[in-house]
Amino acid sequence: MEKVIEGRVWTLGRDVDTDQIISGKYLTVIDPNELKKHVFEIALPEFASGSRPGDILVAGENFGSGSSREHAPQAMRAAGVAAVVADSFARIFFRNAINLGLLAIEVPGVRAIFETGETARIDLTSGRIRNETTGRSVSFPPIPAHLMSLLEAGGLVEKVRRELEARRATATNAGAAR
Amino acid sequence: MTGANGHGQSLAEKILARASGAERVVPGEIIEGSVDLAMMHEQGAQTVAPFHQMGAERVWDPDRVVIAIDHWVPASTEGAAVLHRILRKFAAEANLSHFYDVGQHGICHQILAENGWVVPGDLAVGTDSHTNMLGAMGAFATGIGPTEMAAVLALGRLWLKVPTSIAIRVKGSFGRGVTAKDLVLRIVGEVKTTGAAYRAVEYSGPLIERLSMPERFTLCNMTTEMGAKAGMVAPDQTTFDYLRPIAKHAMHPLRSDGDAAYERTIDLNVDGMEPMVACPYSPDNVRPLPEVVREHVRIDQAFLGSCTNARIEDLREGAALMKGQKVAKGVRFIVSPASTKIYEQCLEEGIIETFTRAGAVFTNSSCSACFGGNMGILAPEEACASSSNRNFPGRMGAKEARIYLMSPAAVVASAIRGEIADPREFA
Repeated sequence: MEKVIEGRVWTLGRDVDTDQIISGKYLTVIDPNELKKHVFEIALPEFASGSRPGDILVAGENFGSGSSREHAPQAMRAAGVAAVVADSFARIFFRNAINLGLLAIEVPGVRAIFETGETARIDLTSGRIRNETTGRSVSFPPIPAHLMSLLEAGGLVEKVRRELEARRATATNAGAAR
Repeated sequence: MTGANGHGQSLAEKILARASGAERVVPGEIIEGSVDLAMMHEQGAQTVAPFHQMGAERVWDPDRVVIAIDHWVPASTEGAAVLHRILRKFAAEANLSHFYDVGQHGICHQILAENGWVVPGDLAVGTDSHTNMLGAMGAFATGIGPTEMAAVLALGRLWLKVPTSIAIRVKGSFGRGVTAKDLVLRIVGEVKTTGAAYRAVEYSGPLIERLSMPERFTLCNMTTEMGAKAGMVAPDQTTFDYLRPIAKHAMHPLRSDGDAAYERTIDLNVDGMEPMVACPYSPDNVRPLPEVVREHVRIDQAFLGSCTNARIEDLREGAALMKGQKVAKGVRFIVSPASTKIYEQCLEEGIIETFTRAGAVFTNSSCSACFGGNMGILAPEEACASSSNRNFPGRMGAKEARIYLMSPAAVVASAIRGEIADPREFA
């Protein structure tokens, strides 16, 4: 995974819940490319048509609260969102995002230094997000190792796949040694 | 931190220590917990593809997996039919026999509760945010997404950061017309939607000890609306009496130590408390019901249903108010029991007749109007009095539609009046 991510910013307010990211009427849709057409329909209606891959979302507190629907981070990933940065996240959304390999970073105070259309530069190594348009920046604690390993694997599917593969290899070797 | 030196452990810590095979765990620590029960509803259909992509050959323990069809019952769209079909096929292939399909269906959390699938000491996960409800069993029950569920099905475990705990201690007695729903609305109003984020909430105190299991379900259910990872009540005689005839596996009752460390302790006294309403557009926008009644808020729909409040006790209370009354002209009143078992009880007790003759629409059991994806959808400018748990913009349809959350009795009173009403006026 890239250690430095730069992209155009879209801002959102606080308490953007999963209904506002992808509403209940789309819960039977499982094709990510179909889902992305409706992403942020309630919270940010201009996003679906106006966004481009590599864009960065900057939100206020409690982003992704509400339901456990994975459609929310899935639709964002399908839309090409490079990262979502928020003052704080609701827990299930955060887990779902990381599990899908969508970079989600909690940065208290980040919402206050960005406006839509500005450029953000996220440095994962130094733990800093900078507004390239205004020069303001805010730092964040390093992403915990177990989350980083998930992101680096590209998400939970790949991580478990490797684990199961390793387990089978061990079993086979043990069998051969006997 | 409150509590004497904090050497003791909270209920959440004890359950997670047990799940991870450790002597003790501390908040902030990452643990790998063995899962006692995994539950999926339709969102489980999205678990199947990642499960196969992981190269998993079998489910870790088919006897610890429950599937319940609850959002679209029977399938109301082609998309829903496809989800159901994926689940049925997977259940057959993976030998998952605890499948509550259309006909035995019910809201997933109610299915777990009434069949004893979650017991004291369990670590339970489900593909729904209101899985927290099962914490009422003295368990650690939490919601996860479908990809994470695929990993649970493959490995039988998941990682968790041990949360800090918040103690909510409640004393006093409910006055007339005041219920567990009013209590939890008051708590959400006080703690706010982020106030318990990532934390475990432990309810205790003399009032909590007197609550029935259905009341504890309602309380733990809406812990979700405070952002909590889990909400729980320590198991006691009430829990054991409820579970003994139905428990599916062995109980491991645990309790907090007297000197457990809590990040925050909230003491509440419900003496003199009014019924409560959560007004648009957030479950924490809570006001005393009489205040809202005085504003004459007209409603277009009333909904008595959802995992929060559609148990037999809720429907009995509602039917008692409904008897001899009519649904107000211009109001659509939807009543949806939380499970097929509850539906059958309603049938036997004449509750279906009472609601139907009063002009309500009594549906089969499902999530129904709660989530705005199946039926009972609201148009812009419409308002709904609801016994459910969320009122965010767009929750039940149009983003402008207004949802007022309240107790089952207040919903029925509002359906009769055609505006938000106080059930105490109908005694």
